Amino acid sequence: MLSLPREMVDRVVAHARRDHPDEACGVIAGRDGVATRVVEMDNAERSPTFYRFDAKEQLRVWREMDDADEVPLVIYHSHTATEAHPSRTDISLASEPDAHYLLVSTRAETDEVRSFRIVDGVVTEEPLEITARPGMQGSPGPVD
Amino acid sequence: MAIEVRIPTILRTYTDGAKAVEGSGGSLTALLDDLESRHNGLRGRLVTDEGALHRFVNVYVNDEDVRFLGGLETPLKDGDSVTVLPAVAGGAAQTGTAGGA
Repeated sequence: MLSLPREMVDRVVAHARRDHPDEACGVIAGRDGVATRVVEMDNAERSPTFYRFDAKEQLRVWREMDDADEVPLVIYHSHTATEAHPSRTDISLASEPDAHYLLVSTRAETDEVRSFRIVDGVVTEEPLEITARPGMQGSPGPVD
Repeated sequence: MAIEVRIPTILRTYTDGAKAVEGSGGSLTALLDDLESRHNGLRGRLVTDEGALHRFVNVYVNDEDVRFLGGLETPLKDGDSVTVLPAVAGGAAQTGTAGGA
């Protein structure tokens, strides 16, 4: 199961909506299984059907996480015309076996957000629990 | 002569779980040959049968992407640091730009 505070899910969805019709991508860093921050990444491909983290930016962000004892807890990206389910491309290129793969579809007005594990080419959907409070210090709580 | 090579999670099966290993070589390709002698199979995850760097693997020498240096022929010297990171990529594409099988 993946548990994320509402504000982080909202931020990921907002990023996906903003970059539509191109795919948006990013990472949610975490420590001990708890999400700590959302990092929006450039889609170096700027494509409606493909994404790739910018190599230089990826190295910088991965180093920052290393230095902060964080891991890439969640890799997120959007599909802009298809469902929020890993495509064959997503599966064949999945390279973080410990990460949760969060997919957002922006094909309709209704938000579609689902979480998966992708390990050795096998996709397993998992429950996504959205919590009301961020549960971390120094972060403004949601006002809703 | 030692060059530190940082290994991503997904490739640590080739390094007995080690996050970093040491190797030697005057170029990236020589370093990978050296590593292959102790970590059998690692080279094949980074280099294609045709001898090119895999499209969805990023290799950095001292934090510079080797695609902007000399690729596999990038010269190396003692004390250099090499980092391997699988590209984070994917997308809805079923044809065209996607390089997956």
